[in-house]
Amino acid sequence: MAFELPALPYGQSGLEPVMSEKTMGFHYGKHHQAYVNNLNSLIEGTRFANASLNDIVMESEGGIFNNAAQVWNHTFFFESVTPGGRGEPGEELARAIDRNFGSFEKFRDEFGKAGTTLFGSGWVWLVKNATGMLDIIQESNAGNPLRKGLTPVLTLDVWEHAYYLDYQNRRPDYIKAFWTIVDWQKVGNRYLQV
Amino acid sequence: MSFKLPSLKYEYNALEPHIDARTMEIHHTKHHAAYTNNLNAAIENSDMAGMSIEKIMAGISKYPVAVRNNGGGFYNHNLFWEIMSPDGGGKPAGELLDAINSSFGSFGAFSDEFSRAAATRFGSGWAWLVRTDNGLVVSSTPNQDNPLMDIADVKGTPILGIDVWEHAYYLNYQNRRPDYIEAFWNVVDWNAVSEKFHG
Repeated sequence: MAFELPALPYGQSGLEPVMSEKTMGFHYGKHHQAYVNNLNSLIEGTRFANASLNDIVMESEGGIFNNAAQVWNHTFFFESVTPGGRGEPGEELARAIDRNFGSFEKFRDEFGKAGTTLFGSGWVWLVKNATGMLDIIQESNAGNPLRKGLTPVLTLDVWEHAYYLDYQNRRPDYIKAFWTIVDWQKVGNRYLQV
Repeated sequence: MSFKLPSLKYEYNALEPHIDARTMEIHHTKHHAAYTNNLNAAIENSDMAGMSIEKIMAGISKYPVAVRNNGGGFYNHNLFWEIMSPDGGGKPAGELLDAINSSFGSFGAFSDEFSRAAATRFGSGWAWLVRTDNGLVVSSTPNQDNPLMDIADVKGTPILGIDVWEHAYYLNYQNRRPDYIEAFWNVVDWNAVSEKFHG
């Protein structure tokens, strides 16, 4: 069964002015769609033809991995944000952030720094390890923390296609704006899930 | 002595419509300038201060990652501006064409392989035509690595390169990297490439 591009939980102009409608049109409508299409054609006739997306992300290499992980990452990213942002980290996540990073501000600074210093294309992740500890990691290109046994909680796309039409070389401005659209309700719920 | 951002031998709008003026200006004054400044900061007070960029590249495995990233970015963009011209396009001639024919069979076979290397480089990076001890080779490198670096899979002297970081084409071509690559051939300065081939 072929994978399909998941519907966006908001309109393509919903994240303005943080991410413009034009950016979303390409990012979701072209890039995300292309990863889905490429994945479907690459897995045809392979042992991944009927596998779940998670299994493909965990077990594949090369072009299949790149496209599968990019489908996964973009879906997770677009579900991490919402027009105007929502709520605050719930009690449990807020406590974990304080415990692991000192304060919410320190967490935000560290996550933002990971975003600005990631060289080339990639993703910044807030992840939970097996003992419930939080960490911030950088992944190049299509990298996905599931491969390291970590549970993703929040992610930020720092491929240039995510922000170049709106911010050009000013990646730090994009990251600063990102915080205003994070769906903390969603992110907090992810943290609570095992 | 520190490295300096070179000025271009043509105007920012000179490569239009293949590469637009806004892309050129941001690419040169922001991205390339940042690599240059960051490189200078990274080598200050080190044994690399005063070395040629080529020598730094050749020993890159010994140096901090900031030198690899920013030194590569400095060198690669220098080369990129040099091998393009508003009077570019067409085909090489003379010994360079002979060498391309000898290594790839034909100019068309070479340009197909180069375009494919550029299109299939996943993420950010460069595709290259490299002069090696075994003739001309097409390769690609991630991020700001290049064939001069002692860590490169294909080592040699780059004589042609295309930047396939999204910042090189996104304002004009967005997700259509293959269209950018096709347009690039119209601005390749084969005289400049030939000089590097003989250099």
